[in-house]
Amino acid sequence: MPDLSINFAGIKSPNPFWLASAPPTNSGYQVMKAFDAGWGGAVWKTLGVPVVNVSSRYGGVNYRDKRLIGFNNIELISDRPLADNLREIEEVKKRFPNHAVIASLMVQTRQEWHDIVRQSQDAGADGFELNFGCPHGMCERGMGSAVGQEPKVLQMIVEWVMEVATKPVIVKLTPNISDITEPAMAARRGGANAISLINTIQSIVGVDLDQFAPYPIVDGKGSNGGYCGPAVKPIALNMVKNCAQHPDINLPISGIGGIENWRDAVEHILLGASSVQVCTAAMHFGFGIIREMTSGLEQYMVEKGFNTIYDMVGKALPNVLHWEDLNMKYKVTANINEDKCIGCQLCYTACEDGAHQAIKLNAGTRVPEIIEENCVGCNLCSLVCPVEQCITMERTDDGTQHLTWKERTEAGDVPTEFNDEKAGGRHHWVPEPSAALGKERHKTLPGKARVINGETEVPTEA
Amino acid sequence: MAEFFTPTTEQEFAENFAQLKPVMNRTEALYESSRCLFCFDAPCIKACPSGIDIPQFIRQINSGNDTGAARTIYEANYFGNACGKVCPTEVLCEGACVYNLQEVKPIEIGRLQSFATTKVIKSGEKLFGPGVDNGKKVAVIGAGPAGISAACELRSLGYEVDVFEAKAQPSGLTVYGVAPYKITNEETLAEMAYLQAQFGYNTHFNSLIKSREELAELENKYDAIFLGIGLGKTNELGLPGEDKINCTGAVEFISELRQHHHEVAVGRKVIVLGGGNTAMDAASESSRLGAETVILAYRRAKEEMGAYDFEYDLAKGVGVKGLFNVAPIEITGNGYVTGVKFIRTETKDGRVQEIAGSEFVETCDMVIKATGQAKQAEFLSLIPGLKLDGKGRIIANAHTGQTANPKYFASGDAWNGGAEVVNAAAEAKLTARGIHAYLS
Repeated sequence: MPDLSINFAGIKSPNPFWLASAPPTNSGYQVMKAFDAGWGGAVWKTLGVPVVNVSSRYGGVNYRDKRLIGFNNIELISDRPLADNLREIEEVKKRFPNHAVIASLMVQTRQEWHDIVRQSQDAGADGFELNFGCPHGMCERGMGSAVGQEPKVLQMIVEWVMEVATKPVIVKLTPNISDITEPAMAARRGGANAISLINTIQSIVGVDLDQFAPYPIVDGKGSNGGYCGPAVKPIALNMVKNCAQHPDINLPISGIGGIENWRDAVEHILLGASSVQVCTAAMHFGFGIIREMTSGLEQYMVEKGFNTIYDMVGKALPNVLHWEDLNMKYKVTANINEDKCIGCQLCYTACEDGAHQAIKLNAGTRVPEIIEENCVGCNLCSLVCPVEQCITMERTDDGTQHLTWKERTEAGDVPTEFNDEKAGGRHHWVPEPSAALGKERHKTLPGKARVINGETEVPTEA
Repeated sequence: MAEFFTPTTEQEFAENFAQLKPVMNRTEALYESSRCLFCFDAPCIKACPSGIDIPQFIRQINSGNDTGAARTIYEANYFGNACGKVCPTEVLCEGACVYNLQEVKPIEIGRLQSFATTKVIKSGEKLFGPGVDNGKKVAVIGAGPAGISAACELRSLGYEVDVFEAKAQPSGLTVYGVAPYKITNEETLAEMAYLQAQFGYNTHFNSLIKSREELAELENKYDAIFLGIGLGKTNELGLPGEDKINCTGAVEFISELRQHHHEVAVGRKVIVLGGGNTAMDAASESSRLGAETVILAYRRAKEEMGAYDFEYDLAKGVGVKGLFNVAPIEITGNGYVTGVKFIRTETKDGRVQEIAGSEFVETCDMVIKATGQAKQAEFLSLIPGLKLDGKGRIIANAHTGQTANPKYFASGDAWNGGAEVVNAAAEAKLTARGIHAYLS
């Protein structure tokens, strides 16, 4: 069996799955229940001066019948007295000495930071996560993302913490910034032992069409909240990658954002995370999802021959390049598997209206045909196709040539003028604009009631 | 042991005749509408005789615009609610759903259609109205799917419309002929009331038009006359003993059943003659009324039955037994039916041939003849110049519905020889446009 345990900047955990600092880690009861279910660690709901919350705190983004593909909240840090939280941290650590309990912290003054770090250490916390990410409520008071967006302030506070911390310190970064590596480098300069990202993204998840107010609605009004859930994973992965690839950061990364199953976790790990944190999925489905996550991760590691998590950390990083370093000689073309095609023609209309008019329809069949010379290999048809492995992108270049944009630029072989002969689309066929008019009116416009055309056999005049 | 106990109350009747396609709730509609792929040039639309823009209304349901969905449906088919429930969707829209090719359950289009339309019918929301009065009048004979659809379309075009119906209620076979487990009377009549409230045509029930004088009066008073008269009684078989008590036609039996529910008596052992969809209905209904044995007797082989496979499956599912390659030659009995004398048959070169000496009597105490409906030849002969084809169907222009007598237009079963509600609704809409073109 592969070894799932990790040593994250000195914080040991039986597996890389931690609960993120959020409502699921609000109490000792929840954290014990999570550890009992199989979670490896928990970042406690942020400690500080207890807050007062509003009622109606979460909003969701649904897609068709799928609930909470995105999720946001306007809840603040812990509203429980510090002493209660610390007593429960101590109790959890006694019962689960080998699990990771990390205290998330957010206070203002140097003295407060010193006090809360010391008290958390005394309670037995295995490490700290400095919450410089919360994008609502706390930032207006000069904390949370207000800190994460000011690298100098961030660095100063990290330095304060490092003055007294005897346990590893993780800095949690806000994505509400144009370059995530700047606060990450500030954390490193301040002496932090690791970073975690991303915190939530400032958001409005929806507007009530009757009340004209954003969700979640508090007495007819709303406020921007913090966005998370499956929808944010792509943003998180990119930021994790940015931090992992940056040579001056070089800190362990705890990946956060849209992790719901083992695949999501592996993706974060392959891009450089060595622990992962989960919140929304646990809020949606409960702590039981950990069983699928660990079993999937184990199965993947067995199949790939990875013995430890560290065999796979960052394994995809060498393959994430700048656009200018991609091979422009590589060419793929769409291929429709006629035996699998069910004739929905979504590929046709997608290519026709949304891409390069490289798919055509033929009389007598609903199976579309790829016009190979028009196909630019954009993948769109294969992405919209509802049948598994029906449209595949097949490599059509011979694999012997390699030329990047950078190389072309260096060789002076790139378009530089508005009507340059070297324009990529110069020799791509496009239909005449007027050929669009009325082309598919009978197939696409409303009021399609068709003339009785043989569907009902009726006697007619000779 | 019968499959069903004989229902003695309205509630027991409703249980025995539970709806095959119950109306969805909002959650079910959300889940089902989410599955739609929104095909380009969708096959479901092409398979719908009324050409409802199905992906459009499903998308509207999915985005919470149920009212818009109902509008999309009604714009194409005034019997939108009824069709969602009574259409043979398995061989129409749902049969054409591309999911079938992936061996995935097709979208439940019929139930989604009923979901959206039921909602507006219940709310009474005003979606349509009559057009600007153009001063012209059209008489519609028959308040079935064809007649009511024509009335709606004509009203929207500004005509004053009087609908004359021999029976006491509108919707024709939807309330008098369709199996009760497909749609309830309340649902049917609610849609009729909704349409009348929207469009404001005049209805005259219990008003059978039966004489040349009555027709002449209509011809004088109206600018055009729409024939939506459907078909007549069950065909006579011309067999000895056909007049015995408890030997009835399927059309008449089902009409009674729809109107009187559990008060309709059925035999303990019923023989249904026929192999079409009406035969399947009559057999299923007999079983659900508590008959101990129901035999479906057909003169050809099982595979040759005209009924849809799913209709036969439905009958089999409630205990109906098939008896194939038998032709009835006599209804036996002494006042009351006691059996049917059959002769065995075989099909040679596509023709049914009786096997000499193979006669036998199958006992029973009720016979239901589901052997097709007669044409209304006598009534049609009262219309000057009207032409019928060899099968007794009205001949009319395929695009306008205009008959050989230019003042008369036709749609529905009297024209197509007997098809689905959706066919009549689609044809009548087109014919109403034909009338408009003729009178404009």
